[in-house]
Amino acid sequence: MTCKDLLKMLNDYVDGDVDPSFCSAFEEHLRDCDPCKVVVDTIRNTIRLYKDEGVVEIPILFRERLHSTLRRKWQEKRGAGPPPGGPAR
Amino acid sequence: MSQDTHAPAVADDAALVARAKGGDFAAFEELVSRHEGRVYSIAMNILRQRQDAEDATQTVFLNALEHLEGFREEAAFATWITRVAVNTALKALRKRKGLSTVPLDGGRETETGEIRHPDYIAEWRGDPAKLVAQRDLKRILDEAIEALPERHRLVFVLRDVEGLSVREAAEALGISEANVKVRLLRARLALREALTQAFGDPARRLAPDHSGTDHATAAEELLRLYENPARGRTR
Repeated sequence: MTCKDLLKMLNDYVDGDVDPSFCSAFEEHLRDCDPCKVVVDTIRNTIRLYKDEGVVEIPILFRERLHSTLRRKWQEKRGAGPPPGGPAR
Repeated sequence: MSQDTHAPAVADDAALVARAKGGDFAAFEELVSRHEGRVYSIAMNILRQRQDAEDATQTVFLNALEHLEGFREEAAFATWITRVAVNTALKALRKRKGLSTVPLDGGRETETGEIRHPDYIAEWRGDPAKLVAQRDLKRILDEAIEALPERHRLVFVLRDVEGLSVREAAEALGISEANVKVRLLRARLALREALTQAFGDPARRLAPDHSGTDHATAAEELLRLYENPARGRTR
């Protein structure tokens, strides 16, 4: 396996979708090729960082507005009013 | 959309949906509380603008309120609300860009530009999260992802940040699975390159092994492989 072959299979390898018969060739290449090994490691770190940092807190004031809007719409649609108060109040 | 990780909560959601259908606002509000964080995150990651993300989040839950009766209780609420969130945010993005009639796919990914070979290769100087303050980390990540072409950024966000499958991302964006894979590879390589510029240890930089690698040929082969999966091993 060449570095070029490895690049082709990079996505599938990182996602764990590589056919096991190619997996060993892939890993053998990684053992002997530091640049490719570092590329694979740093791609994984890249994905992990974005995944970890991709969780955004919902702004608290918006959350309160959202819940009041939904309560109002619910009343309009269903007629019967829900009991006053709730998690957003 | 991975149901496995949410498995214990699915039954609870179903019970809440049933109660909400029966007119229980508290049950509906509990569903909202459970899923609003994820919905808002999806909207923020796709739209990258707070006001737009808030509007999209509200639209998603108004939509849920409106269509609750039609929701089948055997389906997972988390899966359904994720799909609605992705579609709502993408629709808002199209609208914002004045592209309401043009799909985001921008055509098939057949541009002749090469898949860039990794260039700056160096082991990172330890745990990046500890190397820089959290705010700086966020800024570096934001700058790198904002520098991506939108069609690459969206695939990366849906697949790698939000955890959609290749098929789900393809459906949401209206492009082929092959295209998702090519764009994902481009996005991952570009982000890796940008982050290595920030976190790479120059003292441990390695020369890319370009020997015998014809970039243009490699890119063409890659595209052919993805466009004709029967010939390759893309699953």
